[in-house]
Amino acid sequence: MELNELAISRLFPMRVMNQTNATQICEAFLAQIEGRDDKIKAFLHRVDADEVLEAAAAVDKHAAASSELVPLEGMPVALKDNLCTIGMPTTCSSKILKDYVPPYNATVVDRLADQKAIVAGKVNMDEFAFGSSTESSAYQVTANPWDLSRVPGGSSGGSAAAVAADMAAFALGSDTGGSIRQPASFCGVVGLKPTYGLVSRYGLVAFASSLDQIGPITKNVIDCAAVLEIIAGKDPADSTSVDREIPSYTGKLNGKIEGLKVAVVKELMGHGFQKEINFALDNAVLLFEQLGAQIEYISLPHLEYALPAYYIIGPAEASSNLARFDGVRYGHRTADADDMLEMYMKTRAEGFGAEAKRRIMLGTYALSAGYYEAYYGQALKIRTLIIQDFEKAFADHDILLSPTCPTTAFKQGEKLEDPLQMYLSDICTIPANLAGIPAISVPCGVASGLPVGLQIMGKHFDEVTLLNAAFAFERAFGWNLKPMFRDPSAKEK
Amino acid sequence: MKHVALLARLELSDEELDYFGGQLAQILEHIDKISAVDTSNVEPTAHAVEVTNVFREDETTPSLSQDEALSNAPKAESGGFVVPKIV
Repeated sequence: MELNELAISRLFPMRVMNQTNATQICEAFLAQIEGRDDKIKAFLHRVDADEVLEAAAAVDKHAAASSELVPLEGMPVALKDNLCTIGMPTTCSSKILKDYVPPYNATVVDRLADQKAIVAGKVNMDEFAFGSSTESSAYQVTANPWDLSRVPGGSSGGSAAAVAADMAAFALGSDTGGSIRQPASFCGVVGLKPTYGLVSRYGLVAFASSLDQIGPITKNVIDCAAVLEIIAGKDPADSTSVDREIPSYTGKLNGKIEGLKVAVVKELMGHGFQKEINFALDNAVLLFEQLGAQIEYISLPHLEYALPAYYIIGPAEASSNLARFDGVRYGHRTADADDMLEMYMKTRAEGFGAEAKRRIMLGTYALSAGYYEAYYGQALKIRTLIIQDFEKAFADHDILLSPTCPTTAFKQGEKLEDPLQMYLSDICTIPANLAGIPAISVPCGVASGLPVGLQIMGKHFDEVTLLNAAFAFERAFGWNLKPMFRDPSAKEK
Repeated sequence: MKHVALLARLELSDEELDYFGGQLAQILEHIDKISAVDTSNVEPTAHAVEVTNVFREDETTPSLSQDEALSNAPKAESGGFVVPKIV
């Protein structure tokens, strides 16, 4: 196996035992990007290979003189392009931010830099994270490494594809309604949306501020825990980040879940789901039972309203957040305007793509005089009911299970003209954002050669239990499949 | 649609108004299902994790320099952002 195919949990011990070093690791990943990314198209901006190797050499030099190595040191990371990086373009896959180069780093970027993780580049996403396929990017369509004719999911599609294709040791994404978990599921990797407030959002270009969280996309659960323990924690620059002690998530992984109280959520399975998804869930439940967990099937009646409530709250917050793109302080400005109003109207018309325009319109409508109470007000109350459903469920259970998505990765172009069908792809992942709870997707099978993801949801700030359950499942399930970069269009020729 | 587009400061062509109008009608039809829920005794939630009154010391700390703040401006002059004439 090549170094870039190994998880950090394997690479780190090899570094400690001097079997490899950061330079060799980075060389392997750079070669993979060089060889694969012309087909996958995950990277929007690649850091110069010399620069990556220079950073790796510095890590190796430091490591030679130090007895204390840390896991993320020297590991190449792919950053979703809505995370601000000093001196490196940050476009949110939007034309309106085409030439934007932030003068500051997102807090998570600084924290990774403190660990000497090495940024390999910025990766593709749905424009402003609006979407479930990464197809709304203004720049390129990213392919799913398992089947190049299919989408990698979204909106963190570039992050998931980069990790699945062994082009980055790990990646960061952001998740507002499933944007980490759904692509992780589609690409056969692990993706975590932490509890709202656990990870600072400073420097994450805002989509829906009450729902957004940054989280890791990794090859396995140990790596996920290793990244989380670095990026989690209070940040004075984000007043919604919560001040609490961050445990060693990796240290708490023991794989023992005997007696764990597990509930399967009836509303998030079955009807309308791809058949194999339900089979994979049944298998996963069986495995949890064999590991000694107690299984129950429960109902959270208000989840039925999660998707419609989300498509009020998300766009409402997005339309407010995107008001800042006005052509004055940064980003695109129209060349053709005589007064302020015309400048705003044209700048935004030229800069935003179709899905951004749809959500701005939807959100503005839901917040406008006469409709505010019926839509936004009602959606916030539904949010309360959904939170209460989860509180009841977690009073008797430690974790909840569901599929991550109702289907496996769909074909490129399949849902592009049908936004409602695209939105329905997030039906299982949205509730966790509305409730602010943590949720992870781990691979739990394949259907017709495409990965299936299991979603595990946990209590607020109980990432320890969540990650340990995911770890126990992952170990027992023994996921070891890799994408083969199948290209159906090549066969037809 | 035109009124909403103006509120959003978004210029939309007639074709776009048609295209988005149809799609938004379909989305709103799906969304309208929330009106069936009785929420008369339910408080709204704006923030899923309880955080109240986050205070900090009122201290001056370094921030972006004027040059850095202006570095991405489409048009800047004499330390300020330049916009079309307002009055």
